[in-house]
Amino acid sequence: MAEFPAYYNWKHKAGIYMLRFWAAAALLFLIMPILVMVPLSFNSQPYFTFTEGMLALDAKAYSLRWYQKILDSPNWILAIKNSFIIGFFATIVATVLGTVAAVGLASAHMPFKRIITALLLSPMIVPLIIIAAGMFFFYTRFGLVGTLPGLVIAHAALGIPFVVVTVTATLVGFDRALYNAGLSLGTNPVRTFFEVVFPLIRPGVISGALFAFVTSFDEVVLVLFLAGPDQRTIPRQMFSGLREQINPTILAVATLLILLSV
Amino acid sequence: MTRSNGQDAGSTFAGSETGFLRFVDVKKSYDRKTLVVNGFSLDVAKGEFITLLGPSGSGKTTILMLLAGFESVTGGDIEIDGVPVTRIAPYDRNIGVVFQNYALFPHMTISENLAYPLRARKMGRQAIASLVEEYLSLVELDGFANRFPAQLSGGQRQRVALARALIFEPALVLMDEPLGALDKKLREQMQFEITRLHQKLGFTVIYVTHDQTEALTMSDRIAVFNDGVVQQCASPDELYERPRNAFVANFIGENNMLPGEVVETVGAKVRVSVANGKEITARLADVSSAGAPCRISVRPEKMFIKTDRTGYDNEIPAKFIVQHYVGDFIRYYFELDDGTEVTVKLLNDLDAPKLGQGEIAGLMWQASDCYAFNTD
Repeated sequence: MAEFPAYYNWKHKAGIYMLRFWAAAALLFLIMPILVMVPLSFNSQPYFTFTEGMLALDAKAYSLRWYQKILDSPNWILAIKNSFIIGFFATIVATVLGTVAAVGLASAHMPFKRIITALLLSPMIVPLIIIAAGMFFFYTRFGLVGTLPGLVIAHAALGIPFVVVTVTATLVGFDRALYNAGLSLGTNPVRTFFEVVFPLIRPGVISGALFAFVTSFDEVVLVLFLAGPDQRTIPRQMFSGLREQINPTILAVATLLILLSV
Repeated sequence: MTRSNGQDAGSTFAGSETGFLRFVDVKKSYDRKTLVVNGFSLDVAKGEFITLLGPSGSGKTTILMLLAGFESVTGGDIEIDGVPVTRIAPYDRNIGVVFQNYALFPHMTISENLAYPLRARKMGRQAIASLVEEYLSLVELDGFANRFPAQLSGGQRQRVALARALIFEPALVLMDEPLGALDKKLREQMQFEITRLHQKLGFTVIYVTHDQTEALTMSDRIAVFNDGVVQQCASPDELYERPRNAFVANFIGENNMLPGEVVETVGAKVRVSVANGKEITARLADVSSAGAPCRISVRPEKMFIKTDRTGYDNEIPAKFIVQHYVGDFIRYYFELDDGTEVTVKLLNDLDAPKLGQGEIAGLMWQASDCYAFNTD
């Protein structure tokens, strides 16, 4: 605890303690629903409540049976595989396209900058359900509904705005003279990009890519519209699991996801 | 030598080849409305040190951008060795550029920065290493190879930028206010350094600055820019001694400007009445018709305060106001009959007169040391 300055009276001190209390309470409120899932996923009973045995810390009340159940279920294994495959490729597509777009938009010669930026960012603003419905009708014409490439493209479109925003933010501090210096020293624009520009905007690219991956990994609305049974992802599997057979398997998956993101 | 816009005869530079670099009526507009550069023509000989001098926004940096290929010309042409640069990509032009803020690659060490243009040219590892070492010692930075630019002082970064622009031995080197960010002492040191390297390696320099002292001390020729047009292009002494118009006279060095009226022109001289009807003789610059208003420019160090010396073409009385003691010289401030303020700069020696406030003294100067310019 930091020492209070000498001029503090009891009101100042009370204020500080109140601030700390409310900050801690707000944090707790936010994190509680997530934390409560962790012990419940080790429940030996198929319920979402703390049993008497669990509260008594009885070892028999805890088990790993729901984790075993994930491994035994081909549906869950497929969902996990799909989530990673779609997430991986959607992230690559979104990162490459988003970075190129951000670099282009940072150029002084770019016409219609505002309109193009607005278009690129629209997937972040337009309600997901509208995008999903639109994509569904659009995809049917190209036979992309119910295919992995279709989902990769859809999730990449959702991820691009994040990459554009983070890369644009790092490009603000980028001195254009560095790019010109690269050209004047004899490397062509592509090589100059990889040798000079990219290393300097890498932090933005990486955080954009992380956002894009998480977006794809969490996404359920587009998947509900566009995926067939073979393209089920983790969120999709959880969603249907919640409706059909409620048991702590979902909690076990959630706990694993929390572990992954930490 | 092709004589073109704003170019004077009698350049002091004795280059072996003329026409190494040619600007032919170059125009540049960023918005298709206003011309930043409006008809720039210049012939540069191989090995010449040319300075583009002008106030900020006068279009001088734009010339460098066009030459380096970061911007494209709106009109006219630039030729290097007879080849129009518009046909060569910026990365194939082989021009060394020293940027205003050095533009060193912050994620590379000093030696990696220097190796960059050599790697681009696919040189062998051994050759690169030895060249990097050679150029590091050329700019007196031995032992700094593995530092990053952020770990160097301004002057050291400047040296690295210089070495990086020279290491691939370009025939042409552009410098965009390279010393602008340095303090006065370092700047003088670097001026000396650049001149030394220029003489040693013999490359051609196009140097951009708004600092006239820098321009005067380093250049073979100076092109004075204003409003996108070259006002005058000549050797430093010619610019200083024989400015072509009032802008050049005022921009280079200090000048007294006396308003007057043309009485008559006699050959290359002109009779002008100044300060309530006192007639003086001046050199004809860009005024012609009798009766036209004009400005007479005389440098403070070319004026003298009347003692027993004679033999000066012009003399007018002036009221002494105050003097400033500067050390090696003394500045005297006077006022003419019509209220014009005049500065006289005299060496601080035994001849320097002592004047009382309000005393009337005669100011004298040679007709060859003053010019009559158009008022505009």
